[in-house]
Amino acid sequence: MRDWAEYSIAQADGGGASLAFSGRLVVSTVGPIDHELRDLETPLASVDLANVTEMDTVGAWVAWRIARDHGAQITGASETAARLIDAVKSSASDAEIVPPRRPLAERVPLAVGEMVYAWGGGIVNLLGFLGAILVAMGQTIRHPSRFRLRSLVHQLELVGVNSLGIIGLMSFLIGIVIAQQGAVQLRQFGAEIYTINLTGRLTLRELGVLMTAIMVAGRSGSAFAAQIGTMKLTEEVDAMRTIGVSPVEALVLPRVMAAVLMMPLLGFFSAVVGIIGGAFLADLALDIPFFTFLRRIQEVVPLHDVWVGLVKAPVFGLIVGLAGCYQGMQVKSNAEEVGRRTTMAVVHAIFMVIVLDAFFAIFFTEIGWD
Amino acid sequence: MSVFDHLSDLPDLPARFTGDYPIMVEGLTNRFGDQVVHENLSLKVRRGEVLGVVGGSGSGKSVLMRSIIGLQRPAEGRVEVLGRDITAADLDQNIGVRRRWGVLFQGGALFSTLTVGENVEVPLRQYYPEIVDDLRHEIARYKVRLSGLPDAATSKYPSELSGGMKKRAGVARALALDPELLFLDEPTAGLDPIGAAAFDRLTRDLAETLGLTVFLITHDLDTLHEICDRVAVLADKRVIAVGTIPELLASDHPWIQEYFNGPRGRAAMESKERAVHKAKAAMDKDAPRGDTG
Repeated sequence: MRDWAEYSIAQADGGGASLAFSGRLVVSTVGPIDHELRDLETPLASVDLANVTEMDTVGAWVAWRIARDHGAQITGASETAARLIDAVKSSASDAEIVPPRRPLAERVPLAVGEMVYAWGGGIVNLLGFLGAILVAMGQTIRHPSRFRLRSLVHQLELVGVNSLGIIGLMSFLIGIVIAQQGAVQLRQFGAEIYTINLTGRLTLRELGVLMTAIMVAGRSGSAFAAQIGTMKLTEEVDAMRTIGVSPVEALVLPRVMAAVLMMPLLGFFSAVVGIIGGAFLADLALDIPFFTFLRRIQEVVPLHDVWVGLVKAPVFGLIVGLAGCYQGMQVKSNAEEVGRRTTMAVVHAIFMVIVLDAFFAIFFTEIGWD
Repeated sequence: MSVFDHLSDLPDLPARFTGDYPIMVEGLTNRFGDQVVHENLSLKVRRGEVLGVVGGSGSGKSVLMRSIIGLQRPAEGRVEVLGRDITAADLDQNIGVRRRWGVLFQGGALFSTLTVGENVEVPLRQYYPEIVDDLRHEIARYKVRLSGLPDAATSKYPSELSGGMKKRAGVARALALDPELLFLDEPTAGLDPIGAAAFDRLTRDLAETLGLTVFLITHDLDTLHEICDRVAVLADKRVIAVGTIPELLASDHPWIQEYFNGPRGRAAMESKERAVHKAKAAMDKDAPRGDTG
C-alpha cells in the first residue's frame, strides 16, 4: 500500500472552507487526491500547507492550482514550498501537448492530393536525374580518364559476385517448385513430360530475370540508397561538389552501370540454376534422368526465350540502380529519412520492374517471340 | 483509495536524500577490452552542489556518468547513488533510485516520434499511472515553461527545434519526475555563446529553486566559472583533483595548469573577474547614496 498524500476540509466561521494538506505532497503521492480535488464543489477560502512534510513542484502545482480555481489563499507554506509555488506559478501555461489535427473529412483529401502532387513532381525529378546520368555518361566518354574504373569494379563485385550465392539458392529452389507443381498438374493430362518445357521456358523468359531483379533491388538498390543517403547526411556529397567532383559521376554512374551490366549475367545465371533445380527434382521424383532433362531443354526452348530474358535484364538493372541512387540523393538533413528513402527505393524499383515486365510480355508476344 | 491498490507493487518513493554525499564512487575501474578507461577512481559529490567534471577528450567523462547511472557495469569498484549501491543490483531493481535522477544526454535524446510535451509525459506515464490525464498535461506544460521554452514549443516535434531548444526540452524531460539529481552531459556544446550563457543561468536557477545536485560534464570554461561550485578533473584514468577553481589553480599538475592557464582558460577567468569587478563598482556607487539618503 502506497502512502498517498492526505487532505481534510474544515468549515470556517466566516464562510468558505479551509483545505489542509498533510504528509508528503510529491509526485509519487499526489495522484489520487488530485483526482478527488478536481471534483470538489465546496468553495474554499484557504489552502493550508502547514502540515506538509515534503513538497516538490508537482505538489506545489496541485496546491497552487486548487487555490487558483477557488480563489483561495495559501497559508502555512514553508520557505521551500513558497519558492516552488512561485516557480510553478510563473510557468503556468495552457499550451497544446499535441498539435491540433484537422478533421478526417479534410485530412483524407489533403493526403491524397499531396500524394498525387508528389508523384507528379517525383516523375519529373526522376527524368531529370536520368538526364543527369546520361550527361555524366557523355562526359566520361569525352574524358575517359575521369572514368572511375576502380569504383565500377568494386560495385560489380558487390552487386554481382557477392550475390551469386543467394540468387543461386533462390533460383534452385524456384526451379524445384516449378517442376514439382507443374508435374502434379500436367500428370492429370498425362503430359508430365511437358514439365521440361514449363521449367525451361518459364525460368529463361520470366522468372530468372524477374526474381533476380527483385533480389538485386532488395540487396543492392537498398544499399545504394542507404550509402548515398548517409553520404548526403554527413555532407560528403557537398564536400565532393566543392572540390569539383560531380557526385553523379563519382557515386551514381558506377552504381547504375554495375546494376545494368550485372543484371543480364545474374538473370542468365539464375535461369540456368533454376533449370538445374528442375532437372534435379525430375531425376528424383519424375523418373526423368538429369541429363535427359537438360538435353530436352535444348530441343524445346527456342533461342528467342534466352534473348527475351537478356533484353529485359539491363532495363531492370537500370530501374533498380536508378531508384536506389535517386532516393539516396533525395535524403536531406535527417537520419530518419535514410530509412524511409531506402524503403521507397526498394518498393519503387520492384513495382516498376513488375509493371515493365507485363509490358515486355505483351510486346514480345506481339512481335512473334512466343 | 482502494482503486489504486493495484499500484502498490511499485515501491513508495523514499523521502528526499538527507546524507552528505548523494553520489559516492569508490575504487571504480572500467575497461573496454585491453583499454583501461578508469582505474581506482574515487569521487564524492556533495548534496546541493553543482559539480563540474572536466577532462581531455577520451578521458572517460561520459563513461563515468554512465557508470553512475547504471548504464555501464564497472569491472571493479562501488558506486553509491542516493545511499543505494548501483553496482550490486541490476537496473530493474533500482527503479526506486532511477526515479530520483534525471539525465540530459548530449544530443538531447528526445523521442523523435513524440512532441516535446509528450516526451515530458513519458516518465510520468511509466511510473505514475494514477496521475489523471489532466494533471499529467498540466505538469508537462509547466515543466516545458520551467525549462525556459516558449508555450509554442510544447506541441512541436524534436525535428522542428533548434539545438538549444532540444537541450532545454531534454532538461524538461529530465525534470519530469522532480528528481534530486540532475546529470548533464555537455549541455552547452554546440550552442552559441548567448545560448550557452542562457543555459548556464537556467541550470543555476533550477538547481537553486528545486534544490538539485547537479553532475555536469563540460568543456566550456565559462560554464565552469559561472555555475560550478566545485570542479573535478579527470586525467590519468582517475579524478586527480576536486575543488573550487582557485583551489585547482594552486595545483601544480601540468594538465590542470594547461587547462586553466591556457589562452582560453585565461579569457574565461578574466571575463569572470570583470563581471565581479563591475558588480563591486555598482555596489560602491550605491553605497554613499544610501548613506546620505
